[in-house]
Amino acid sequence: MKSNNFQTVYIMWLRELKRLWRSKSRLVSTLAMPFFFLLFLGFGFRSGFNLPGMPEGTGYLDFLTPGILGMTMLFTSMFAGLSVLWDKEFGFLKEIMVAPVKRSAIILGRIVGGMSTSLIQGVLILIISLFIGFKIANPFGIITALIFMVLISAGFIGLGVAIASKMEDTQGFSLIVQFILFPTFLLSGAIYPLANFPGWLRIIAYIDPLTYGVDGLRASLIGFSQFSIFFDLFLLLIFDLATITLGSWLFSKTEV
Amino acid sequence: MPAILVENLSRYFNELKAVDNISFEVKKGEIFGLLGPNGAGKTTMIKMLTTLLWPTKGAAKVWGFDVVKQKDEVRNSIGIVFQEPALDNRLTGKENLDFHARLYGLNKKIRKKRIKEVLELVELENKRDVLVKDYSGGMQRRLEIARGLMHYPKVLFLDEPTLGLDAQTRHHIWDYILELNRKEKITIVLTTHYMEEADYLCQRVAIMDFGKIVAQDTPESLKNILGGDVISIEVISPEKAFEVFKKLPWLKKISRHNEEINLNVKEGEKKIPLLMKIDQKKEGFEIKSVNLRKPTLEDVFLHFTGKTIREVEAGRNGGDKVMMKRRFRR
Repeated sequence: MKSNNFQTVYIMWLRELKRLWRSKSRLVSTLAMPFFFLLFLGFGFRSGFNLPGMPEGTGYLDFLTPGILGMTMLFTSMFAGLSVLWDKEFGFLKEIMVAPVKRSAIILGRIVGGMSTSLIQGVLILIISLFIGFKIANPFGIITALIFMVLISAGFIGLGVAIASKMEDTQGFSLIVQFILFPTFLLSGAIYPLANFPGWLRIIAYIDPLTYGVDGLRASLIGFSQFSIFFDLFLLLIFDLATITLGSWLFSKTEV
Repeated sequence: MPAILVENLSRYFNELKAVDNISFEVKKGEIFGLLGPNGAGKTTMIKMLTTLLWPTKGAAKVWGFDVVKQKDEVRNSIGIVFQEPALDNRLTGKENLDFHARLYGLNKKIRKKRIKEVLELVELENKRDVLVKDYSGGMQRRLEIARGLMHYPKVLFLDEPTLGLDAQTRHHIWDYILELNRKEKITIVLTTHYMEEADYLCQRVAIMDFGKIVAQDTPESLKNILGGDVISIEVISPEKAFEVFKKLPWLKKISRHNEEINLNVKEGEKKIPLLMKIDQKKEGFEIKSVNLRKPTLEDVFLHFTGKTIREVEAGRNGGDKVMMKRRFRR
């Protein structure tokens, strides 16, 4: 019993990677948006542009890139929920649900699989940003940045799976996700400093978990952050724990 | 111990009693059929037996394990081929089988051996590395049957195994089913709304209608209830003809269905000439055609429910069913 739970995590992970590899159009479509944001915002506001709240002497592209990385992780991770619904629509979920394995192994496999595919896409965006002119302040920061990317991903996959478990089809999911995705992204301080927000909006921004993800990524990559990196880490961990617990619980109760 | 034991099982979707207080048994090693029109509750029944749906009331045991309290044990003992395809079509045939084998904890050696075995059984060895989305409908169904067998299940569930397949492929699938029942000594429970399918495959059938079992036995005994042969007569003015036929001394049973009158008789071929001797003009009816046949399960269904399967299906048309399913799926 124990060994097939481990096998389950592994094969769910492998399946996600194979599916990503075989549907390159999906890869292109999910990467297109962060890429364009990076390109047009990054170049558009390039020289001499300094928003209040941005560190002195930092170019806008340097400020923006960690934000876009956070965005990439957010968008690609929410897609993990979509893959639950695809499996539901294509009937494959039944194959998974009748297997004699723990629901937690299934969901762990999904999270690990989704995290890996998100991470691949995040790293691709990071590489692209280097070509555009993004400068990493401290090479060791890449390691903590990867940790933050993983944590952002895990939390939003959990959330995606939780929502998907309560939904019947992909249309409903897309609608709900649109309402979560863009506010979460725009309120996180990914493309402008939170200092520009009026007080009430700033409070909402502080509830947004991506705020701490983006802040952690900035701390890691350009050495500038609003909170301490440990504070960011701590809040993200709590967010991950909460959504993964919720997602697992709702997923285990799905009937197909 | 029976392979499956169902006791007073019910499942309601809000007001709809999809399965309504059903009890039956499936013996080890037999092919058992749940027969009935779309919407009779067959799939709901299968989903409960395979732990995908919770029963509202009652209990069921599969291979001695309770479907609510011992889900994992049940899941280990069964294989399933669902009504709608449940394959990952971005994986190859072999990858789908490998995925399944790992979920069921088969080790590497057994996985390799078994994948080869089941692919040979359904004659898909040469398609093993092709993506499933490039398979035909019949090939997908065969792959699903192969997958259902991967982990040496004790009981194999087949939900409408030949739905939407052409006649030739259907016969092919039937042969696979019979062969694996023989070869692997596996107990098979299948649902179908094709009467001839149940007749050809099943050692015993239960006829379902509106969530209840209206009859269960071997196809032979069920057909014997009707007694001998069926003479179907198409008539103009069937009311009058019905009154006349009713009084025939050698008649066992008579039923009327719109223009068609069915007579259940012994040695039907000898009774047709007798029918022809009736003075139709005088009695005020006219025979348009006469057809003699052995009773089918379709006649049995008609006998127990007072309607033909086709009528039931026309009444609850497919679109409605999908809508209902969507609405009640939660």
